[in-house]
Amino acid sequence: MSLLAAILAGMFLAAGAIFVLIGSFGLWRLPDFYTRLHAAGITDTLGLSLMLVGMMFLGGWTLVTVKLVFIMLLILLTSPTATHAVANAAYTVGLRPFGVPPEDLAEKDR
Amino acid sequence: MMLAAATVGLLVAMLIVLARAIAGPSLYDRVLAVNSFGTKIVLLLAAMGFLSGRPDFLDIALLYALINFIGTLAVLKFFRYRHLGVASPSDGKAETTR
Amino acid sequence: MLHALVMGTSLAVFWLLLSGYFTSSLLLSLGALSVVVTVYLALRADKHDGERVALRVDPPLVRYWIWLVIEIVKANIDVAKLILSPTMALSPRMVRVKATQPTDVGVVIYANSITLTPGTVTVDIDDDEFVVHAITQAMADGLTDGDMGDRVTALGAR
Repeated sequence: MSLLAAILAGMFLAAGAIFVLIGSFGLWRLPDFYTRLHAAGITDTLGLSLMLVGMMFLGGWTLVTVKLVFIMLLILLTSPTATHAVANAAYTVGLRPFGVPPEDLAEKDR
Repeated sequence: MMLAAATVGLLVAMLIVLARAIAGPSLYDRVLAVNSFGTKIVLLLAAMGFLSGRPDFLDIALLYALINFIGTLAVLKFFRYRHLGVASPSDGKAETTR
Repeated sequence: MLHALVMGTSLAVFWLLLSGYFTSSLLLSLGALSVVVTVYLALRADKHDGERVALRVDPPLVRYWIWLVIEIVKANIDVAKLILSPTMALSPRMVRVKATQPTDVGVVIYANSITLTPGTVTVDIDDDEFVVHAITQAMADGLTDGDMGDRVTALGAR
């Protein structure tokens, strides 16, 4: 492995880990379920992609990299569906969002 | 070296998410936290593959990503309809689960 | 028939890439068998519900993906700043967004793009209107004034 690839891998891994940590911290810190969805989104998009790209630099041009690409595509395609499913389930049973102005909500939820 | 540091960061993040899964307060917070925990497990499995020099771990990571997605949907469906089979028309009308 | 051939070929390539076995004849024949069984099951399921979604990857879609990745990175940094700021100036909104895409696949691409971008999540869909939760007023404005919907509509029917 060349030095450049090692340095790039380290940078991407560090950035990814930082974004994963920020997302998890947000999941703890934000006030209600709907705002926490956005924090989970950080982990699922940028944190995950950066860490996997870092590992691709470690793997080089091998089948390992191909598998990492498949993992990344799979999660990027399924995570919005899972997030929407959780959000929609909460909205359907009428979980009240924090801090949203009342005119935004449907009649029954005000 | 950086990989080990990133793995430690990942473990810390998993602890925080686990705390949110335990604290709740609503069912949906827990499902969201468990889903997010699953994403981190996929990353941890991939990192473990590199740390221990066994790329086979990536297959497990790929499989875990699939199971994590289906599992989230199954849990949500179960709490909406109270079973996983074919839904009858009366299901899912007035079931509020918090 | 062409459908089955294309699916079989892509499944075989997928099997080879994931397994990494290129020489052992026993394993290769087992892989070929699993491809045949999968194609048979997929065609059988097709007969049952007849819903096919073909993924057509063409230059406009790739250009849209590149644009979307840049948007996602920008939104990630915005939300990360919000989480780390000591005051956490949240102004959550629930906004309604009209989907102007002609086909179901277009609507799905738009809804998933909104959800994939941190700061906005599609919460509910009634007919051609999304209910979107945005974490700040600025994010909500960015969605209602932005051109994401127009870009997805420009992808056309697919």
